Amino acid sequence: MMMVDPLILTLFLPLFGAIAAFVLPRAAAWVGLLAVLGTGVAVAALARAVLAEGEVVTQLGGWAPPLGIALRADGLSVAMLAMTAGVGLLVSIGALDALRDLRERQYFWPLWLLLLTGMNGVYLGTDIFNLYVMIEVIALAAVGLTVLSGTKQAVRAGLEYMYASILGALLFLMGVGFVYLQAGRLDFAGLIAVEPSGAMSAALALMVVGLLLKTALFPLHFWLPAAHANATAPASALLSGLVVKAALYIFLRLTTYMPLPDEILVTLIGTLGAGAVLWGGVQALRAERLKLLVAWSTVVQIGLIFIAFARAGQVGLSESWKAAALLILAHGVAKSAMFLAAGRIKDEIGHDRIADLDKSDTRPTLAQFTFALAAISIIGLPPSLGFIGKWTLMEGAMAAGYWHWVAVTMIGTLMSVAYFSRVFAGFLRFDRMRGELAEHKGWALADAAPLTLAIAAISLGLMAAPILSFIELGYPFGAQQ
Amino acid sequence: MTETPFLPLFILLTSLLASPVLFALPESAARLRTGINLGVAAVKVALVAWLGWKVGQGVIYDVSFTMLPGLDFKLQADPLAMLFISLSAILWLITTVYSVGYLERGPHRARFFGFFSLCVAATVGIAMAGNLFTFLIFYELLTLATYPLVIHRGSAEALRAGRIYLIYTLAGGLVLLLGTLGLWVLAGTTDFAPGGILDDVVAENRLAAQMLFVVLVGALGVKAALVPFHAWLPIAMVAPAPVSALLHAVAVVKAGAFGIMRVVYEVFGIETAQALGLTAPLAALAAVTIIYGSLKAITQDDIKKRLAYSTVSQVSYITLGVALASPIAAVGAMAHLIHQGLMKITMFMAAGNLAEGLGVKKVSQMDGVGRDMPGTMLAFSAAALAMIGLPPLAGFVSKWYLAQGGLDAGYGWVIALLLGSSLLNAIYFLPMLHRAWFRDAGARDQTPARRRIGWMLAAPPITTALMVLAVGGFANAPFSPLEWTRFVVAIEYQE
Amino acid sequence: MTPDLIYGLTGIAVFAIGLVGALCAQDRLRRVLALKLCSVGAGFVLVVAAWRTPPADPDPVPHALVITGIVVMISATAVALALIRRLQTLEAEDDDG
Repeated sequence: MMMVDPLILTLFLPLFGAIAAFVLPRAAAWVGLLAVLGTGVAVAALARAVLAEGEVVTQLGGWAPPLGIALRADGLSVAMLAMTAGVGLLVSIGALDALRDLRERQYFWPLWLLLLTGMNGVYLGTDIFNLYVMIEVIALAAVGLTVLSGTKQAVRAGLEYMYASILGALLFLMGVGFVYLQAGRLDFAGLIAVEPSGAMSAALALMVVGLLLKTALFPLHFWLPAAHANATAPASALLSGLVVKAALYIFLRLTTYMPLPDEILVTLIGTLGAGAVLWGGVQALRAERLKLLVAWSTVVQIGLIFIAFARAGQVGLSESWKAAALLILAHGVAKSAMFLAAGRIKDEIGHDRIADLDKSDTRPTLAQFTFALAAISIIGLPPSLGFIGKWTLMEGAMAAGYWHWVAVTMIGTLMSVAYFSRVFAGFLRFDRMRGELAEHKGWALADAAPLTLAIAAISLGLMAAPILSFIELGYPFGAQQ
Repeated sequence: MTETPFLPLFILLTSLLASPVLFALPESAARLRTGINLGVAAVKVALVAWLGWKVGQGVIYDVSFTMLPGLDFKLQADPLAMLFISLSAILWLITTVYSVGYLERGPHRARFFGFFSLCVAATVGIAMAGNLFTFLIFYELLTLATYPLVIHRGSAEALRAGRIYLIYTLAGGLVLLLGTLGLWVLAGTTDFAPGGILDDVVAENRLAAQMLFVVLVGALGVKAALVPFHAWLPIAMVAPAPVSALLHAVAVVKAGAFGIMRVVYEVFGIETAQALGLTAPLAALAAVTIIYGSLKAITQDDIKKRLAYSTVSQVSYITLGVALASPIAAVGAMAHLIHQGLMKITMFMAAGNLAEGLGVKKVSQMDGVGRDMPGTMLAFSAAALAMIGLPPLAGFVSKWYLAQGGLDAGYGWVIALLLGSSLLNAIYFLPMLHRAWFRDAGARDQTPARRRIGWMLAAPPITTALMVLAVGGFANAPFSPLEWTRFVVAIEYQE
Repeated sequence: MTPDLIYGLTGIAVFAIGLVGALCAQDRLRRVLALKLCSVGAGFVLVVAAWRTPPADPDPVPHALVITGIVVMISATAVALALIRRLQTLEAEDDDG
């Protein structure tokens, strides 16, 4: 088995899977499932290697950087790969049942496997041009998933998403051009050596703005709510749980190799995060539809992750990434569970208007329970992984004396309680129902995938210590420890 | 002396694992559900008795695993924990019997018992938490698990009450998170230890330690219903009777009071807390709450609301006893933790029987109910008299120690406070007893009984009333709450 | 002015024009064209990066990058155009019904 490099398998299994699923539309689901499963196994092998060696590097075709393309895995990248594969596998299982339409089934699998290829490429990539290519691959696949349902709202939202995504990628590409002009190479290892200069700062600015647009940090979030709310449930779960994390991850890595030149910029990014928390919170309070509320909560969570990034100022950036990484993992698992559950609720009762959630004779109690469990992690209540992330965030802010970040986090938490309790009230109220409530109605096998994800989001919090020590393997953010 | 750590874990897991099973049971499997409920509750009481025996012999159980670098999830069965665990385990068993009877044909029983179990698990976790971090985890779990019970009736009113409840308690929880983080950042540990862990911090940064005290006690004060954070408690009375009985007379408010004990005794240490000059203001706040709750109780016509305001008042006896910083008052406080629980649960179950059997929900409808429901009303009366402080009943014992403690601490006003409070207790309880026993039922609406009160509803309040008599009458017997309390106080005051 | 500077500044200018268009244009097709301009601008900058003062040979790597960029952009344009057509069809159906 170890004849083939797991790094290469991680990248090429989903790619070949995508092609096979496209060529064999009748068997697409099984090909897809198999490819995701195989990727999971490759990631597990990679995790073993990283545990043993700290970091694993492969040079494609034997060419060394800067000319060749190297793939590199360390603790953080494997954690992201594992989250992607794990969430992806469960969403795939959920998709088996959730996608009823033949056309949806036919196109979902190739697009999703292409997306997986792109994301794995981002987590393993070591030079910024390849990252550009990967984010374009992700963008195209993600737009395809957004418009999968074929409704007018979905296509419109998908087109907006497309514009934002391509523009973000092109800003990034422009930055790449500047870097090459200045440095003559594009690999991470080379970037560290480059002297800071005006041109490099401009390059960094272009790339960062492009990434923020793609990860939807306030006020560049405008495209996200409509796109995530109007996609079909498995697509929403992938888009919200996984896709926005890819650009975030690049941002984290990039700012390690090309540090932000001024403390002010760190504060600015934190402030945008605070804006996302507050504005997204207000919008979630006003949202009339369940999936839109969940989408706005993604805007809030992205903001929170950027606050985590800024929580200890420039001096503490090499520590701050841990809080950010924990929140990224927590949100990935919990949000995909939440979108799948929201989709199940919508399927069972036929709509997702929050005000009328209680007016149905069918109560998909299991999906509602799943939604509530996921909300626990997203609000950040113990012992979930979301709680651990928030704890780490606030601990750092407090130790550094940045009380404003503590305050924003607390306000955001209270707001999230307020908007999620709107939904819970709809789940639990029953005095406006038309008929007798049948018990355990609306349970289906499709509830298993989101429920597993939600339980994982809660119980992973208990494993926070091993997760934290794992993501530090291979010193993802410099060997200064 | 330490032993295999599994016993506390088992006690936690009994109700924690029962919960998902109860959720998954179909609504119609009533017998099986009752069997599981009672079986698990009985097993838990047995395990707790065993644990109590061991802890009484000086065994300390300690089980922990690392959640974050340096930060453990830690369960610890020490004598103080035993106090709260025994209370919740025994009352859980009794209330389960009551709930089965109460909800006989009601909707959503699977959901009810699932969350009910989860609440008890949370309470036991709060009792056994070995550090503030673990305490916080179970404290939040308790909030989440009680919310669906508060809104169990599923009406617009219940939902409104639930929202207020959730916002109060989760905001309190958030402030507790802030305090726990503050403790962690300042002290580098959140472990509970008799005598406190903050001596170094206090020496270094007195102001920070004082702020920490305010934040932590304020956060816990929300659940302990300290004025001005008490408003959720009367509103939450919209919940079904067993929920009000067990959770809002025992588990939730006691979790707050118990937390205050842990923070004052084992985070700050009583001497340190006193040296920070913060125990006296806390005692004053408790005194205000005691009087305020009683005054509000007098004006309530709704029986459950009157009982709720009475709880606001009575729970602050515990806080008062802690804040007086005298070992004698501490005995009173801890004994009251048990005594008040027994008394109030009796009264709430009796009130539930009145509402279910006779449709009586208001004090003004109580004329002659003693004749219709003698057993229930005898239990109610015994608890009410004990609450007023009639010797030798339970309430008298705790008030006696509190008064002695007040003198010991040099606060003469405590005597006046307790006398005044007892007088107010009498003012709001005696008219209820008078109506029940000495007025003619003629004035009351004589609609036929809405349902028969079976033994499952009648027996629990009588049982707890007998316990009220026993803990007062045999206060000095070995293993009585009072005796146990003396044992705990000796540890906390490191004598 | 050296040729590389002229090319570089032109690239930046073209990118800027495209950026303004992508942000301000209302028409769906115009926005796609604006994005195309951006990509051309970025391509210019990469081409400049390959320039070496003669007689030294130009650096081949950026050329490879530019070609990759063009390929990526063609696919993106195709997807965008397909979406626009689909949306027009859907909206036309709405108007009819």
